[in-house]
Amino acid sequence: MPELLLELFSEEIPARMQAKAADDLRRMVTDKLVAEGLVYEGAKAFATPRRLALTVHGIPARQPDLKTERRGPKIGAADAAVQGFLKATGLTSLDEAKIQRDPKGDFYIALIEKPGRDAIDVLAEILPVIIRTFPWPKSMRWGARSGKPGSLSWVRPLHAITATFGPETEEPDVVKFSVDGIETGQTTYGHRFMAPAAIQVRRFEDYEAKLFAAKVVLDPERRKDAILTDAKQLAFAQGFELFEDVGLLEEVSGLVEWPVALMGDFELDFLTLPGEIIRSTIRNNQKCFVVRNAETGFLVPKFILVANIEATDGGRTIVAGNERVIRARLSDAKFFYETDRKTKLEDRLFKFEDILFHERIGTQAARIARMEKLAAVLAPIVGADVEKAKRAAKLAKADLLTEVVGEFPELQGTMGTHYAHKQGEDGEVAFAIEQHYQPKGPDDFVPQLPVSVAVALADKIDILVSFWAIDEKPTGSKDPYALRRAALGVIRLLIDNGIRLSLVELIDQHYDTVVRSIAEHSKSAGKTFWGGKGKIDLLDFFTDRLKVQLREQGARHDLVDAVVGGQDDLLMIVRRVEALGKFLESDDGKNLLAGIKRASNILGIEEKKDKRTFEGAPDAALYSLGEEKALAKAIGEVAAEASAAVAKEDFAAAMSAMAKLRPPVDAFFDKVRVNDDDAKVRENRLKLLNEIRSATRAVADFSKIQD
Amino acid sequence: MDASLPAHMRPERSFQGFILALQRFWAEQGCVILQPYDMEMGAGTFHPATTLRALGPKPWNAAYVQPSRRPKDGRYGENPNRMQHYYQFQVIMKPSPPNLQELYLKSLAAIGIDSAVHDIRFVEDDWESPTLGAWGLGWECWCDGMEVSQFTYFQQVAGVECAPVAGELTYGLERLAMYVQGVDRVYDLNFNGRDGDARVTYGDVFLQAEREYSKHNFEIADTAMLFEQFKMAEAACKKYLAAGWREGNRKEHLLALPAYDQCIKASHVFNLLDARGVISVTERQSYIFRVRELAKACGEAWVHTEAGGAA
Repeated sequence: MPELLLELFSEEIPARMQAKAADDLRRMVTDKLVAEGLVYEGAKAFATPRRLALTVHGIPARQPDLKTERRGPKIGAADAAVQGFLKATGLTSLDEAKIQRDPKGDFYIALIEKPGRDAIDVLAEILPVIIRTFPWPKSMRWGARSGKPGSLSWVRPLHAITATFGPETEEPDVVKFSVDGIETGQTTYGHRFMAPAAIQVRRFEDYEAKLFAAKVVLDPERRKDAILTDAKQLAFAQGFELFEDVGLLEEVSGLVEWPVALMGDFELDFLTLPGEIIRSTIRNNQKCFVVRNAETGFLVPKFILVANIEATDGGRTIVAGNERVIRARLSDAKFFYETDRKTKLEDRLFKFEDILFHERIGTQAARIARMEKLAAVLAPIVGADVEKAKRAAKLAKADLLTEVVGEFPELQGTMGTHYAHKQGEDGEVAFAIEQHYQPKGPDDFVPQLPVSVAVALADKIDILVSFWAIDEKPTGSKDPYALRRAALGVIRLLIDNGIRLSLVELIDQHYDTVVRSIAEHSKSAGKTFWGGKGKIDLLDFFTDRLKVQLREQGARHDLVDAVVGGQDDLLMIVRRVEALGKFLESDDGKNLLAGIKRASNILGIEEKKDKRTFEGAPDAALYSLGEEKALAKAIGEVAAEASAAVAKEDFAAAMSAMAKLRPPVDAFFDKVRVNDDDAKVRENRLKLLNEIRSATRAVADFSKIQD
Repeated sequence: MDASLPAHMRPERSFQGFILALQRFWAEQGCVILQPYDMEMGAGTFHPATTLRALGPKPWNAAYVQPSRRPKDGRYGENPNRMQHYYQFQVIMKPSPPNLQELYLKSLAAIGIDSAVHDIRFVEDDWESPTLGAWGLGWECWCDGMEVSQFTYFQQVAGVECAPVAGELTYGLERLAMYVQGVDRVYDLNFNGRDGDARVTYGDVFLQAEREYSKHNFEIADTAMLFEQFKMAEAACKKYLAAGWREGNRKEHLLALPAYDQCIKASHVFNLLDARGVISVTERQSYIFRVRELAKACGEAWVHTEAGGAA
């Protein structure tokens, strides 16, 4: 069956956009083919800096014919209706119509056959639309045509479109169309410098091979493999090891059509710089890999660059040029580093007075002051030294004002810790600077050192309370201040470290601090930034995040609602969820849940019927059956035992106690008719059922558990 | 490269020869070779030959050297490649020709950068000038890992959509010349291509100025005067813009260029105030906004001039 080859040849496409663009091209073309009734066998898309390419094979040569029936007027209908029907269906007379019998009468039916079109014609129609509506993150106009309305937008100027279609065994046809003056053809071009001449291509097979001969590796995966293999080899040959970097590899493979890895040196002297600075300099600015000693893990004064050509001098000039640039960059970095070392972290803090954290919340200095205060409150709870926690909170953001972090923002925290060590700070204080940003996501490391935990919590709780105070909460996909991540961070810090605290109390207390801080800011800015709301409710936000977290871990997130009931100690909520989850997996648990649900359902119905509740203790004198008495007795015992266990936070014991309820509950429903004819007995039995609910509620609200 | 050139004129030996080679190359592509604009500005893009001429339907091809002043980048002559005054070489072609990349690569060959031994790359760079209300897409052009030029397809300038689009090339002349001459310190560049006593270096020409202007920009510049100058330039710009409309209707403008001069002035004064550290973070945004508003109004005026393509 025929195949399609499509290539869009342009000026250099940004590396970061290539993979998605290839994927979009494949998806858009194949979706459209399927929508047109052209079911294909397979498709693959590729990107290089200068081209997007797509091959789709196993496309039928023609669309299937479409047969549709159209119902017309009744036999004997007015002439106008008949003429309208004939016109709409293209029939010349009613003789060509079928007649269909129907309880409502006999109707004319027209059979309309729409013959399928040749696939190549369909392609000629859909491809230009896809090109014109291609979802580039940013696109542009160019050249003389850009002066006219409706000119094409593409990521960078588009120069040629190759589009062929045909079976493997025959010479394919060009899919003829034009977009903004670019006519489709079979001509593409090789490597910009090594083989710039035009190439005639027929279909994917010879296309890929001819490009390779013209020094273009079409498949990004092949380019990545080549870079990685060569770079490792270069490092290995010198007795070293490549510092692998997936993100850099991805980017670099999008900057070259013909990757050539080369190794260069820098001066040994630069190794006095922290390794992170060297790596950031070489990686971010120069897009080169660093190399390390396999045993010690320390960097060695080498780097690996990936050029786009096989230079006629073997790459000597290219290596020398890159070495010059890297030397200059490292000199700058060294200058920044040495400049930074001349000023202590705390001596930078005054500058935060002039730096706004958020226009309605206030300055960075005010935020730091709040963090210090909160860290001091948290320190005894998490087992940290109060003074150390305050010190670490005070210095946590200071490195944002250093030259190195100004140059390499991704080193925030890392440099703070480094400079803190160098200026002789306590080890826990120094570590807390880097760690207070953590955990940065669901898989990131969770700090365990108490000082780090205190500052990490203070940082996140302050940001949450501050944004809640000005009513800037995340909505839908919008979470510009990463508040969801902050809440998740708090959850993980508390749970992983087994920290108990009353979240509501802490939030309320800190909210007072935030309100005062915002009020001061409002005053100094001469504006009102705060509406003066009395209270904020963050607990629901936390429990929602907790559910998401539990769901991602494959735990029973639906149990959270059953155990929350006014709880604001996240650790206890999680412990209860764990115990409850285990209990519900046992037979006792399953049956008790069923029994309690049955009790709740009956109560719900009867409460509705009688328009009243059945609160209050049942009257023991009204028990007539043994099962009633047994259940009442069991409820009494279990409630006491479970409450005692919950008080000791022994949730497993609470669950075991609950399990004892199962036999009497089962027996009760087996033998006892709740809706007795005697209204008093009925009321008493309903009260007994209500007792089951209230006795179990100390452990969990079983009615909120989904089956 | 032109082999017939005498040694002291060759781009790899002489800074001035380097500039001349670029000028000659672009002259041959049909560009008018302009001289620098006679005002202080932060980049070649501010030259009205780019900012204003990029607007409107009329074709325009020009190339020129523009001394660029970035008061904050001064390092008292002590940094090997950072200066508060340097040269940009600017090319503007409207509409952007289909072979602009090839022309650019040929221009590199003309100054001695051979693409058979150098690794030349086009690396994504989305260009935006908040003070000019301008943006475009293009690349940083890399040679052996060094950024040597910026290549931009202007999409909008002075708040006006470019129709047609102009292509802009900006070469960092000192940096490129240092690479071609093989020197690590800008002040060691050979300026005139001569040897021995006849040799004049970049440092001979500019080092004294770098020291003096760094001191001026960071320590001495009269901030009270500068604040006043900013206000005056802003007011003058607005005044000329208002007075420029012929017969008061908004159809034809007669003073776009003088008004734009005041916008350039305001922008440079702002850069000086910024270097003096007397503008706070929040104020900074508002100054940038004020300059942008001037630039946009000038762009609007320009497209209503005869040269700007008004009907």
